[in-house]
Amino acid sequence: MSDDQPTNDPPTNDGQQFDRLPETADEREVEGRATRQEVVKWWDERFGIPPETFEGYSFWEKGKGKIWILYGEIASPIRVEALGMKFLRTRQEHWKPTTNAVQRFGRRASKNVVELTREQAQRFVRGETQELDWDGDWGYLVATHDLAGEQEPLGVGLFVHGELQSPVPKGRQREL
Amino acid sequence: METLERYEPLVEDFDAFREACGRSLPSVVRVNTIKATVERAKAALDDEGVGRTDREWSDAVLELDTDSPGSTWASFHGWIHGQEEVSAIPAEVLAPEPGERVWDACAAPGSKTTQIAALMDDEGLVVANDNNLGRLSALRFNTERLGVTNAVVTNRDARNFSLEPFDTDEQSSSSSATQSQNFEAFDRTLVDVPCSCEGTVRKNPTALDDWNLDHVKSVAGVQKGILRRAVQATKEGGTVVYSTCTFAPEENEAVLDHVLAEEDCRLVEFEIPLDSAPGITEWQDETYDESVRKAKRFYPHHNDTGGFFCAKLEVGE
Repeated sequence: MSDDQPTNDPPTNDGQQFDRLPETADEREVEGRATRQEVVKWWDERFGIPPETFEGYSFWEKGKGKIWILYGEIASPIRVEALGMKFLRTRQEHWKPTTNAVQRFGRRASKNVVELTREQAQRFVRGETQELDWDGDWGYLVATHDLAGEQEPLGVGLFVHGELQSPVPKGRQREL
Repeated sequence: METLERYEPLVEDFDAFREACGRSLPSVVRVNTIKATVERAKAALDDEGVGRTDREWSDAVLELDTDSPGSTWASFHGWIHGQEEVSAIPAEVLAPEPGERVWDACAAPGSKTTQIAALMDDEGLVVANDNNLGRLSALRFNTERLGVTNAVVTNRDARNFSLEPFDTDEQSSSSSATQSQNFEAFDRTLVDVPCSCEGTVRKNPTALDDWNLDHVKSVAGVQKGILRRAVQATKEGGTVVYSTCTFAPEENEAVLDHVLAEEDCRLVEFEIPLDSAPGITEWQDETYDESVRKAKRFYPHHNDTGGFFCAKLEVGE
């Protein structure tokens, strides 16, 4: 049987193409795929980023669990190299936002935001783990510092066991 | 450097040209207005003690008094992007509007793609294509670092680029809430082609070491193919901008002359407040369509930049 033959098997995630996320669980066809509603709700519940922030954007999965954000809409599925920006890692117990997504959308975060001093920010962008005095939730935090008079998101940090880990990707790390 | 001697008949004040080609370039960045206003980016640079000089022709282009603009907080946040001054010209000439569909036919490493996205306020769609798989990672890295969400990256040969992925009517109506961006032709296209790069000699002194006329002629063939496809893929009345970083008429006016004859398009005037010379209509034993004078040649001694060529075309009669 050729690969092109339709089968009765349920659809699965195809790592070669981008598929738009279903709006809600009722519309989900691919098992384990996050829905648009869940994604928007996650940013709201975790960081207090209002759902309307993402009006006008569409969400896509390519590669198992990797969610991308695109301004506007386009026909699904689509076979291209990249669609907007890598946004969020799903299909694991704790969803993980990308550094670039937090820099782009994290200014609107109102909870689980940790304000770092300049010295802490320098360690963070070097990719170092550091001790942190933080009374709030464990897990992913929006790490900010003061730049040009306002708090600006550096990226996402992971707070566990009294330490802030920096998942800033190698290519984005800097000695500042 | 002796390669450049062939341009003595073209260049006014050739000694100043030759002298400028031997100097290193000033350090220039573009403010990425997707992530910061020009004012905030300037304030961040001021706080870090990085001196800067504004450029009259563009608010977003700044000369910095550091050799490593990448080692700043403004750069870490994607508020600024190192981009040679003349490289910021073609996107300004293209002048895309928010909500349009724009094709960047030879997009890697993405300086112009991200500038186009910024000029569109990150709304609409930029199809950023490059045929070189090895350069796509730099393109993707830059679009993401600069916070671009309206770009699609493709890996095709621009000469036979297909709009098929963007031209299909989806049968599912599950996304009725969002407007489909599918389309049959681009509003605007940037054709910033691979070239012999003579104009980058100030950045890369070895740029001319492998120069030979056969390579110039061969790359000109590719340039013609890409520009023709760009005109075909752009809607009637739409804009196509052609640019190179080389002085060679074979890759500049000769390419325009060929495409003017083969495709339905014309050259149009454009304003950019930088010194330049008009396109040339005679080179060695060739003559070109008179309208190629509307293109602009930016020589290194004109504005203390790299060398650049830029032309604006309108699709249709």
